[in-house]
Amino acid sequence: MIPVCHLADLPAGESVRIDTAPPIAVFHADGQLYAIDDTCTHQDASLADGWLEGCLVECPLHAASFDLRTGAPTCLPARRAVRTHPVTVEDGMIYVHHHAAEEGTAA
Amino acid sequence: MKSVAVIGASLAGLYAARALRAQGFDGRLVIVGEEHHRPYDRPPLSKDFLTGATADQGQLALADAEEIAELDAEWLLGTRATGLDLHGRTVLLDGGRSLATDGVVLATGATPRRLPGPAPTGTHTLRTLEDAQALRAELTRGPVRVVVIGGGFIGAEVASSCARLGHDVTVVEAAPLPLVPQLGDTMAGICSALHADHGVTLLTGTGVARLHDGGAGNRVTGVELADGRLLPAEVVVIGIGVRPNTAWLEGSGLPLDDGVCCDAGGVTPQPHIVAVGDVARVDGIRAEHWTSATEQAAVAAQNLLAGGTVATHRSLPYFWSDQYGVRIQFAGRRLPTDTPRIVEGSPDDRSFLACYERDGRTTAVLALNRPRPFMRLRRELARATQPVTT
Repeated sequence: MIPVCHLADLPAGESVRIDTAPPIAVFHADGQLYAIDDTCTHQDASLADGWLEGCLVECPLHAASFDLRTGAPTCLPARRAVRTHPVTVEDGMIYVHHHAAEEGTAA
Repeated sequence: MKSVAVIGASLAGLYAARALRAQGFDGRLVIVGEEHHRPYDRPPLSKDFLTGATADQGQLALADAEEIAELDAEWLLGTRATGLDLHGRTVLLDGGRSLATDGVVLATGATPRRLPGPAPTGTHTLRTLEDAQALRAELTRGPVRVVVIGGGFIGAEVASSCARLGHDVTVVEAAPLPLVPQLGDTMAGICSALHADHGVTLLTGTGVARLHDGGAGNRVTGVELADGRLLPAEVVVIGIGVRPNTAWLEGSGLPLDDGVCCDAGGVTPQPHIVAVGDVARVDGIRAEHWTSATEQAAVAAQNLLAGGTVATHRSLPYFWSDQYGVRIQFAGRRLPTDTPRIVEGSPDDRSFLACYERDGRTTAVLALNRPRPFMRLRRELARATQPVTT
């Protein structure tokens, strides 16, 4: 379980990147919290920097788009899905659950 | 239209083929590619592929096996188109073969310009996967002196990758400052300073007189500049722009002028022939950009199937470059007289957002390592310059 930040510090429409290996992006979108792998599966770009619209995030480099609920790309040039990770909130703190990334350092 | 031949199997050709199928074309689709590879992405070649960060060429593929199957195309790879008979609707191929077709998508791209005279061993250009593999093989043998001729984006990215690999790198640029046509003086100066930040020497305002070689071995030993200076080098990379691949179309009757001349919809005077990507001069402009290639392809495919220009390509120009760990992004249509104003961040930090302004109006936006606000402004700019269509 990786602590991300206080819920109060992630307003709706915002995102934060955590420096796990590989990095994970956490989004507050559409009244929900979502966590996906941060790196676009097309080319090296951070999805935490992307454009959020509803449950979709658009990559800031080439406009590939991913569904935050499933990680699936919704348009080219991305073809592979990003992994999604469960998110919980405890005592106002956001946590991402991702065993493979536990070794990394949460920012 | 029962059959379409796409000539060129890179980004623009693939996107055109995809668009044809997506728009309902269910006839015979033939894709002719001079290279032996299925379509792959070129931008990483000068960056992560050269440094070895993305060593697996499979990661460069633009389409996976599933999509290739769905495309249901006949692939003629390792095949060069040699001529086009407009009226017989025939594409001539090397080896004396020919291909009869109803429609043609010209997507033959461009070839790097070279220096006049012989190119000794150790001299490279960078366009194809093989180019990148050959250069990478030389760069992994141990530290060498690299001279990059041309300080444009490809030259700068190669210089950055070479510096990262530990080589001694000098960039030679004939103009007083590189990137001025793209970015204007002030911003070009800031971007060019990235070289010095990373120990790379930038020599400007001098052309190249000739390459020196060792004689018998015919291996490059140095670059002689127009001002007489000699730069010793074991590896030379030439990044002085490209020439559109139109030689095979000469005599076909299609208008050629630094590219295949076509209208804003990618349509040539022959409505059954469209052009896309680096080879296309679309409404007077040849844009050598990844994003335009993909966008033009969808528009040209639509027009080809419609039998005339029903759609035009008018999206906002956009390009990016990754150098020395800095992501440079630019979008818009700037004139040399537009004034850049920094609206966020600082050039000293190599992280900022700048807007180019004309009469109080933003015409273009440039960002160094500011992807998020850049994206917001790029979208605003696109909305402001494009009429909303339904």
